[in-house]
Amino acid sequence: MNSRLLKSMYAVVIAGLLALPTLVSAQISEYQEKQWLESPAASSHIGNLTGNAHAAIEPYRRYCMVCHGELGDGNGESAKWFEPPMFPKPRDFTLAVFECRSTPTGTLPTDEDLFNTIARGLDRSNMPPWNTFTQQMRADLVAWIKHYSPRWQTEKAGTPIVIPPEPEVTAERIKAGQEVFNRVQCWKCHGVEGRGNGPSASTLQDDLGRPILPYNFSEGGRFKCGTSDADLYKIFMTGLDGTPMPSFSDNIKPDEAWDLVFFLRTLQPFHTKAKEIAKGLNLKPINPNAPPPSQ
Amino acid sequence: MRRWAQSQLCQKSRQASSVLVAVFALIFLIMGASQPAGALPAFARKYGLRCSACHESWPMLNFFGQKFKDNGYQLMNDRDAPIWQNPGYWPVTFRITPIWHRVSTAQVATDQSPTGEQKLTQSGFDLSGLDFHTGGTLDKDISFYVLPSSDSTASFHFETVMARFDNIGGSPWFNVKLGKFELDNLLSEKRILTLTGNGGIYQLYHFIPVGDGNIWGQMGDNQLGLEVMGHSANDRTRYSAALLSSNDGQVGLPYGAESYSGFFTASQAFDFGRMGVSRFGFYAMVGGAPTVWLTSGGVAIPGSGTGNKTFSREGFVGQIYLGPHADVTVVTQHGEDSAWFGQGYGDYIDNAANGTNFLNGYGVTALPPGSRNPTWNGVLAEPHYVISPQAIILARYETIRMSQQSTPGTPSNLGNISTYTVGARYNPFMTPRAGFAYHAEYNWLHQDGTGVIPGTNINTSELLFGFDFDF
Repeated sequence: MNSRLLKSMYAVVIAGLLALPTLVSAQISEYQEKQWLESPAASSHIGNLTGNAHAAIEPYRRYCMVCHGELGDGNGESAKWFEPPMFPKPRDFTLAVFECRSTPTGTLPTDEDLFNTIARGLDRSNMPPWNTFTQQMRADLVAWIKHYSPRWQTEKAGTPIVIPPEPEVTAERIKAGQEVFNRVQCWKCHGVEGRGNGPSASTLQDDLGRPILPYNFSEGGRFKCGTSDADLYKIFMTGLDGTPMPSFSDNIKPDEAWDLVFFLRTLQPFHTKAKEIAKGLNLKPINPNAPPPSQ
Repeated sequence: MRRWAQSQLCQKSRQASSVLVAVFALIFLIMGASQPAGALPAFARKYGLRCSACHESWPMLNFFGQKFKDNGYQLMNDRDAPIWQNPGYWPVTFRITPIWHRVSTAQVATDQSPTGEQKLTQSGFDLSGLDFHTGGTLDKDISFYVLPSSDSTASFHFETVMARFDNIGGSPWFNVKLGKFELDNLLSEKRILTLTGNGGIYQLYHFIPVGDGNIWGQMGDNQLGLEVMGHSANDRTRYSAALLSSNDGQVGLPYGAESYSGFFTASQAFDFGRMGVSRFGFYAMVGGAPTVWLTSGGVAIPGSGTGNKTFSREGFVGQIYLGPHADVTVVTQHGEDSAWFGQGYGDYIDNAANGTNFLNGYGVTALPPGSRNPTWNGVLAEPHYVISPQAIILARYETIRMSQQSTPGTPSNLGNISTYTVGARYNPFMTPRAGFAYHAEYNWLHQDGTGVIPGTNINTSELLFGFDFDF
């Protein structure tokens, strides 16, 4: 064999090795592309951004598919290793039921809700904050997520709830918030001191029958859907769909909702104005067995 | 007759090589075509993420992986502390690379060649060294990394040993680590995508002018010291400052008693929409290191280095993304050593034959007249084409040009380096449990004036195929 032939062989081998990945990767993207083409819900709108599902094929495959699955059904290859309640199972996008929304319970979230959830992540789950993504990439991923459920083709996203301006925190409001906490029986799941150890805590399941834990205020972790007072307000006024955490919008007036926010802040191990005021009040944990206050 | 016999032997050898190459290629093709989908070991097993979540192509980090590292190997999802892990989880990964490679080196000194030098070509199956990576969190916001590493004969040393306090005071802007660690190079040599002898390192990170005795300015080597670093919540803005012992990461204080250097970086990333996130920054390594040594019986006394002289390397880094598939990283460098290093003073271990760096009594010898600080400039460009999270094509061009030789009259191009590397990596499967990649690479390196025959150049090339795997 002469050296020219040998060199040719090397060239062919190298070319073959370089071409190989192209052939194999093409099979996967074709499949995903076909799915997308069958769905009319292939875009998202967040402010001036327009997300395109087609552009999210690669990011979804790189970052999301291992948990949420190729079909978006939450059955990615890692899903089986997540054991609720410590590690909730990945979201099943085919159901289009999302915890973090600005919209009333039972409705679809806005594109911006999903956009923000991707960047924020979901604490106490395996969903990290993907805030290294470009905004465009997140918008594209929102469009991609939407294509998994027919709900997005037949329903519009809900109208975001109106959150009144946050009032000044006062001792009266904190005390009123504790009364709301007692009245709507938050303690049943979250415990009388907000430690997530209420009498119902061990029995809680999500809509798919998987065990789930109530939030423990005393740990001081971030709330599932944000960190601000407005985020907390939103959580109990919209509910966390798919979980036992209902919407209290029918039971709590907006002003009372702020009272509850202020009281809940006193249960967290942070130095806040609410906490400072609560110290002076010498608030005692509620007693669920106490007789109802006289009217 | 002898020439004919050599020719026949040569032909048989070539035939055998060709058959081996063909068989190897066939194995690649069959295995590559028959399996569906990369690689990540200890961290991936902990979090259930694929290697592609943190790696552009394993082991090179993407921005999410960089943020994970900057957060102290934490996803920041309140499930990072070991208390949340399965008690059976043991964060250990090993990595080794069985390879076939063919190395061709010109200007090798031989007794048989009439000119005293000839081209030497070797090929065969081989192994890389073995790395045992173990890292993660000891508690929330306290992380560690320990990496015992061996050469290909299983001789071990500690490549990395460090513990780190993360998010001090609840702020990502303040993190401190102590130990032996990789310098905060935005283009990490420890996560390099190439494996050949000359292509498997960044020449820019290890360059030493011909005859120079400074081994302490090697940015590519892990160093012993203390690092403070910080970053914004989304890692777009980051900085680091490290105080290092000037001992090139070697334990036991083998060099100067009191010589230190510093490594500083800062960078800012920008959102360019569908083009991706691109990062721009700078780095600087400045320090002092010993040049002369006390002796006992004519032998240098370890740790007795004195006569500290200065050195510096500084440059810019750009990591530019051109959409989801293409990116290019560019690193520049301007380097300068003290004239003392330039004249061969410095490392007594590697330059033991150089008696100039021993103190005569306690008086330091004078530099030759006209000695100057050696200076140089270099640039590195490494483009990637990411076909899919499982496949990548890469290339690299590095060039380093001397701008001032230490000794006047020395050829201005002595020691200049140019090197090209091309390669491809393909992960035939990608799970959150293990990593495996087919690897193909070619490197060519040229250095001016360092051949056996004075005034001639060195050219060397290497072709490499291998399996790069970890678990």
